[in-house]
Amino acid sequence: MLSAVGLAAFRGERLVFSELGFAVPEGGALLLTGPNGAGKSTLLRVLAGLGRAEAGQVLWHGQDALDDLAAHAARIAYLGHLDAIKPGLTASENLRFRAAPGAVESALDAVGLASLADLPARMLSAGQKRRLALARLITRAAPIWLLDEPTLGVDAASVDRFAVMLATHRAAGGVVVAATHLPLPLPDAAELRLSGMQTAVAA
Amino acid sequence: MKLFGALLARELRLSLRHGGDTVAALLFFLLAGSLFPLAIGPAPETLGRLAPGIVWVCALLAALLPLDRLFGAELEDGSLDQLLLCGLPAPAIALAKASGHWLVTGLPLLVAAFPLAVMLRMPGTAMPALLTGLLPGTLVLSLLGSTGAAIVLGARRGGVLLPLLVLPLTAPVLIFGVGATDAASGGLSPRPHLLLLAALLVAALPLCPLAAGAALRHAAE
Repeated sequence: MLSAVGLAAFRGERLVFSELGFAVPEGGALLLTGPNGAGKSTLLRVLAGLGRAEAGQVLWHGQDALDDLAAHAARIAYLGHLDAIKPGLTASENLRFRAAPGAVESALDAVGLASLADLPARMLSAGQKRRLALARLITRAAPIWLLDEPTLGVDAASVDRFAVMLATHRAAGGVVVAATHLPLPLPDAAELRLSGMQTAVAA
Repeated sequence: MKLFGALLARELRLSLRHGGDTVAALLFFLLAGSLFPLAIGPAPETLGRLAPGIVWVCALLAALLPLDRLFGAELEDGSLDQLLLCGLPAPAIALAKASGHWLVTGLPLLVAAFPLAVMLRMPGTAMPALLTGLLPGTLVLSLLGSTGAAIVLGARRGGVLLPLLVLPLTAPVLIFGVGATDAASGGLSPRPHLLLLAALLVAALPLCPLAAGAALRHAAE
């Protein structure tokens, strides 16, 4: 179970959320919604251990998750709003670093890019690069998926394939936390609405 | 350890694919070095006396060239987040990056220093001291350089700031490196200078990755 208690974080000089708490059970999903600048990405980065929480705790099975960042990193598959694709490497080489043995081919297959495996990533379209970044999620068994706008620029057929990936991950007891403005194929996901508190106070 | 190797392999594969950057630093080194005979005249005794200094300064400047992209490219395309989440502590990531920089830039510079020194008519007796000194010297340059690159990461005009930050720190390397060669060509033992260079390396090896790792974490926040 992934949970957060009393989280607060700054982005730059601005407090984007405080006293934030949630709990996602195994196999569960949490959708982060709210206007631009509400702190969705900031929250995802804090959960990944990339951003710094000003207050509060992130708990994994009741233990402080951010205590040991290297151990926490092994639990995390993070998809940021940038694809982290190297244009000079081929599609399969892009996934190879840190992938489990034999996982690259099946991951490319899962996002429908198997036929483009040996193509340099610079030849891929924006949507294909995004799909390649989605494939990275399943190159390694990580129980926590943190997704920032995962389906941005991805076609409908690929969203269907992504739905299968999400369902498989959740069926295996995985946790998904996703920030999005688009409808995501996450049935019975809880929703956490971030309002961007400082702007609300200012108004 | 396996992850460290995988990261280093990724680093080398990336440099291989962007071979232009690697060759550019090497060509810069050779070109900048060959400007000196044109500027100060080809008289062998003058050139020979200045040769160690020329080789060292050119190597130092050439090693700076690829530093701007060392972490900059990773930050821009989001790879830095993935690296920080790869399960290695941040200092180990910085050390892998510094090792990659040395293998791709420092080592070729070390090899190219020989023909450049011959071209500049450096006395043959000083050659072993130059090359032995460049080995710890280029290693320290890679460590200091990658630390500087991590610190200016995310700063506007980081490319300009980087040499201003790194060059003063490399002064001791330059002093002892040239000192070793001068001692050898003057018939003295270069050993004390080389030992001091090795001492610099031993100090930089733990300290630089620690500082660079902290800077990387900060840049990701």
